[in-house]
Amino acid sequence: MREDVTILAIESSCDETAAAVVRNGREILSNVIFSQIDLHTVYGGVVPEIASRKHIEKINQVIEEALRKAGMQLRDMDAIAVTYGPGLVGALLVGVSAAKAISFATGIPLVGVHHIEGHISANFIENPDLEPPFVCLVVSGGHSHLVIVRDYGEYEVIGRTRDDAAGEAFDKVARAIGLGYPGGPKIDKLSKEGNPDAIHFPRAKLEDNAYDFSFSGLKSAVLNYLNGCQMKGEPVVEADVAASFQKAVIDVLVEHSMHAVKEFGYDKFAIAGGVASNSSLARAFEERCRKENIKFYRPSPVYCTDNAAMIGTAAYYEYQKGVRSGMDLNAVPYLKLGER
Amino acid sequence: MKILALDSSGLVASVALVQDGVLLGEYTINHKKTHSQTLLPMLEQLKGMTELQLEEIDAIAVASGPGSFTGLRIGSATAKGLGLALDKPLVEVPTLEGLAYQFYGTDRLVCPLMDARRNQVYTGIYEFLRTREGCLEQQALVDQCAVDVKEIIERVCELCKDGREVIFLGDGVPVYEEILRREMKVPYVLAPAHKNRQSAAAVAALAEVYYQKGKTVSAAAHQPDYLRLSQAERERNEQQTSMARKEQENA
Repeated sequence: MREDVTILAIESSCDETAAAVVRNGREILSNVIFSQIDLHTVYGGVVPEIASRKHIEKINQVIEEALRKAGMQLRDMDAIAVTYGPGLVGALLVGVSAAKAISFATGIPLVGVHHIEGHISANFIENPDLEPPFVCLVVSGGHSHLVIVRDYGEYEVIGRTRDDAAGEAFDKVARAIGLGYPGGPKIDKLSKEGNPDAIHFPRAKLEDNAYDFSFSGLKSAVLNYLNGCQMKGEPVVEADVAASFQKAVIDVLVEHSMHAVKEFGYDKFAIAGGVASNSSLARAFEERCRKENIKFYRPSPVYCTDNAAMIGTAAYYEYQKGVRSGMDLNAVPYLKLGER
Repeated sequence: MKILALDSSGLVASVALVQDGVLLGEYTINHKKTHSQTLLPMLEQLKGMTELQLEEIDAIAVASGPGSFTGLRIGSATAKGLGLALDKPLVEVPTLEGLAYQFYGTDRLVCPLMDARRNQVYTGIYEFLRTREGCLEQQALVDQCAVDVKEIIERVCELCKDGREVIFLGDGVPVYEEILRREMKVPYVLAPAHKNRQSAAAVAALAEVYYQKGKTVSAAAHQPDYLRLSQAERERNEQQTSMARKEQENA
């Protein structure tokens, strides 16, 4: 019989300090997340220095709680996993430095994990039947990637954003219509009261790569619309703006993704990342995949936004392949998917 | 008693191991690589060369600020990780105190200067005094702070007007040497190469004193003392103060 592999995972790439204990890749024994969102709300976005300071304050507490909730001790761990990029360098360094020190002090091997690989792997947690290959759309505040997952740990990025990430567009539009930060959940909520067909916003298609995204034009169109209303003295129905904007984003994401799934001949599709927790987005993909006879996967919202459980899951497959990181592991803010 | 010490508050990365008043090993690097790449490999070397069993450590000492924000956090996160894994307490040694402690025993005043950008230095003024028990103790005449370099020079000149001299050290010295030459009105000396930057051995030695006084913190509770707010917080505070002032003027 195969031996169990238990991994302590640490994540601090942005504004969540998180730790988790994961057994055999897909069994989450604990998943502790300290969200700093309230701290950053007054600034209208994540302030890197404030995030880093909060990480150092919380890191041990979060790790200790993850171990306690799992009913385990450090010596029960087979590996220490940590996100080492991409992300905010100062924030990443807190997790990376702590993880290295723990690995050094205990002799437990260290596995550095790519943050996006973590997001993609979040799909394995609740879907025991999901195995590569499949196509995955990763959408969050910092990333918009269309990825072919060829095998565990083997990725091909076929599309990415040319300008704003999807979540970034949500934040900017939310700010423009006075909803505040974070934009994603607020627009999602307000959209439910609005008409998604009230205003037609453009859907960007890029000539040279059908899988790349561009959201800055859409964002400008929303801002122009708001300005126009103001100049003409017309009232703005915020809920309609939110719903119409959201629909424009979703349409583009769905079209590009479905095009990729068919073009490359896969029958499984997954979404991941913070924006994947958007309820309308998930519904749109679900319906479209059903129509196209494609099996659709998505993580629960708690595994969509940043967490360490997904890092532990990704680390498991890397660990099984023999990947180990050295004591000179550094934080890499612009780490590319599939690179080490 | 064994204390493992780290200092990554500035450009220097330094680790040291002290046992009962004896330095067993020190490894200091002042080179381009980031602390994230050097600190743990240096600890590995130190552990190997001193045949250290990590469980034997009584406490982990860390230069706890001020300094480079990122540098401090690399040191602190490392110390916190070690403390968590080994279940040992931490000893926080204020960076300027660790720097000054290299001149233990001097009759001169010691004034470390760390370049803090924006025309400021992280600094303090220290002297060594005999306590009632007969030992020599480092005392702060000016506690560590972030001030304009001219302000600390003024304080030094004032404290030295009875004829005392002062030793300057730290990475702020080359940055402000010109100003020192111009503004210093009392005799001063600049520390030589082996004593003019951060040293984990000094941090460890001072940590022994603190440890014996019971001045330890849990690894979970430790966080660096930055002496400065983040830029975003500073700007927000300034904005709020100026808004409050305007409201007052209008009222």
